[in-house]
Amino acid sequence: MRGALRIVARRCASAVPTILVVALAAFALLEAAPGDAVDAYLAQVGGDAGFAAELRARLGLADSLPGRLAAFLGRLASLDLGMSAALARPVVDVIAERLPNTLLLMAGAAGVAAGLGVAIGLLSGARPGGARDALLSTGALALLAMPNFWLALVLVLIFAVQLGWFPTGGIRTIGGAPPGGAALDALRHLVLPSIALGAGYAAMFARTLRAGMVEAWSADHVRAAHARGLRRRAIVWRAVARPALVPVLVLLGQHVGTLVGGSVVVETVFAVPGMGRLAFEAVTGRDALLLAGILLCATCVVLVANLLVDLALARLDPRIGQSDG
Amino acid sequence: MLAAAGARGQAPRRGGTLFVAADGEPRNLNPALVASNGVFFVASKVIEPLAEMSRDGDGLSPRLATSWSGAADGRSATFRLREGVSWHDGRPFGSGDVAFSALEVWRKLQNLGRAVFRDLEAVETPDPATAIFRFSAPTPFQLLRNALPALTSVLPRHLYEGTDIVANPANRTLVGTGPFRFAEHRPGEYYRLERNPAYREAGRPYLDSIVYRVLPDRAAVAAALEANQVQLSAFSAVPLADLARIAAVPGIVVIPQGYEGITYQLVVEVNHRRRELADSRVRRAIAHAIDPRFVVDAIFLGHARASNGPVPRWDAQFHAADVATPGFDPARANALLDEAGLPRGAGGMRLRLRILPAPWFEQTRQMGDYLRQALRAVGIDAQVVANDSAAHTRAVYTTHDFDLAIGSPVYRNDPGISTAILYESGLPAGVPFSNQYGYASAEMDALLGRAARSIDAAERSALYRDFQRLAARDLPIIHVAEFSFLTVARDSLRNVAGNPRWATSHWDDAWLAG
Repeated sequence: MRGALRIVARRCASAVPTILVVALAAFALLEAAPGDAVDAYLAQVGGDAGFAAELRARLGLADSLPGRLAAFLGRLASLDLGMSAALARPVVDVIAERLPNTLLLMAGAAGVAAGLGVAIGLLSGARPGGARDALLSTGALALLAMPNFWLALVLVLIFAVQLGWFPTGGIRTIGGAPPGGAALDALRHLVLPSIALGAGYAAMFARTLRAGMVEAWSADHVRAAHARGLRRRAIVWRAVARPALVPVLVLLGQHVGTLVGGSVVVETVFAVPGMGRLAFEAVTGRDALLLAGILLCATCVVLVANLLVDLALARLDPRIGQSDG
Repeated sequence: MLAAAGARGQAPRRGGTLFVAADGEPRNLNPALVASNGVFFVASKVIEPLAEMSRDGDGLSPRLATSWSGAADGRSATFRLREGVSWHDGRPFGSGDVAFSALEVWRKLQNLGRAVFRDLEAVETPDPATAIFRFSAPTPFQLLRNALPALTSVLPRHLYEGTDIVANPANRTLVGTGPFRFAEHRPGEYYRLERNPAYREAGRPYLDSIVYRVLPDRAAVAAALEANQVQLSAFSAVPLADLARIAAVPGIVVIPQGYEGITYQLVVEVNHRRRELADSRVRRAIAHAIDPRFVVDAIFLGHARASNGPVPRWDAQFHAADVATPGFDPARANALLDEAGLPRGAGGMRLRLRILPAPWFEQTRQMGDYLRQALRAVGIDAQVVANDSAAHTRAVYTTHDFDLAIGSPVYRNDPGISTAILYESGLPAGVPFSNQYGYASAEMDALLGRAARSIDAAERSALYRDFQRLAARDLPIIHVAEFSFLTVARDSLRNVAGNPRWATSHWDDAWLAG
């Protein structure tokens, strides 16, 4: 327990500089890109020079670079991100709308990745080199090689267009939930995007778990367990799989960030209004405040997810959290 | 399986929700502030203009105005307005709304109206059904007439007067007089419009509601149509390359009509600040290097026409049919480049150019790739520079950091609205979709000036025909093709494409068969 507390404290302390660096990076990236929020807007609607000047003044883009940076940092310090230039709405409102969709999709994808990945990994790693292992390993490799936009479209064509089991996109049935209620409706909308986003990670987890188990089979303690006459099933679980799960959890923690970012494509194909698509809109709209808000939010999600992973690791392997700090 | 538009001899059915694919959400949904097709696609069902384009009669059909006339001196225009119309909040519509919209919104704030209504001085409202526009300088009535469909969306004065119009909450939750009321917007998901029960025409609109689902992925649009989860996609949302497959799906029709009044032009924009490109022989050589038929067949898969200049062929009012296109002639191009003092050097190349294709359409991007190959054949080594919207707008229209650009200007029913500005000189940097090309011709400026002030329709049309001839002679920008769009719909949706700008019009007669 003391170890867990130490992990929490350490993570929180390191979050502040991380967040500052991320915010500055967001500002610098958009400054480095040619064109500003007004250029992005005028590309859609046109307008004369006076119109552009008025809009720049209104959006606070008419100031010098130091002036804009100061205003940006001031907003961050006061924890008020103000108005999004691209969407003409408060940044906080926009993020509050989108974050739950992304968290749901991430949870769904992580569920698919962990569930399917561990299942495949266990079945392969239980008897490495067997026929079942060969089949599953090949399958996992194929899954890993599939680009997720392609998988997303194939899933839509088969399960939404041909079979009609799931909707083609969106996050709810528009015009009121069908029989079964809103929760079931949301779940039906979540299935295909979660698989599309999670399948590649499932394959990665399966391969990592299998590799760990293959290594464990030749370890002394496993051979000792054999010698003691323990049943194979018990050996697989207690001696082989459990230590092999540690790198899988570490991998999960490492990939939470890519789950947030990698969802752009899947969110686009499935028309899920989430943070990935929003980040894309913020960049194309040269919207520094919105992008900073998204990155801050994503940073917090990653930090929390890593914290949870560390806590889980501490349970799996009590040595973690004791030694360092 | 191209289907004709229109009803098929059945009586319209009341009711139902039409699901429409939308590719994005405009930042500002108010069509009186932002006259653009992306805005009209949703907003034109709620907020109405004074008149709509029509295939019959004189090309216009009444909306909020029932008749219109201009004074001979070009100093005034009189509009008779429809009576007994109410706003969606129940307040009566009247000439005060038109006067307020014209003076405070179209003239001062609208992206296109700021030019067309520049000289509007006052709007008199002798009674609630009459609005008389007074101009400080002669303003061609022909121009006003042609501007009615796109530039005259009327806002409710009682919600806007005395407020910051640009930031007014009614720009999100529109209040209009049209057949549908604005019901709901869930950002990132959908807009929902519902039937206006107080609409002036009995029994209409037929649909109970229209839902625009935001579908940013074009392949997903095709899937949603196939699964009947949307019944309509407009503005070629389904990629041209997918059309043949999707048109073969039973229950789906491809409708090319309904965009005649919304023509885009594929052009090569030329930076005259680059010494070699200031020579009209070099520009002509570039035009000769381009095969418009290849562009139409390979890039647009046949859904476009070769262009002969800045006015599209459908516009009988202004199009100069006698203007010849340069024509695909690489031998002539090579000869012109030799003549211009640009011999082939090492590797057979004469000069290096940067091409910036606008990212708006897949066709503008593809044209960039094609132009690079076409120029290589005549000894011009071109590099394609891919930018996103903001970077492209900045590079071409503000910093002029390009040699050639691929653009797609919209022709808006009159050369005076957004076409002449592509040729006028003396504009400040930073005005998008204008002559930022460094082309400056006293002859062109004088001609455009005369046309802008001409209050006689026949004379004005003749001047704009001269303008096309001069544009063909100088070739400051190179017109390659004119294109519009396709609608892909379920055949249960009826009365599609009933006017030349159908996708951006009212839809009060659209209905869903059971």
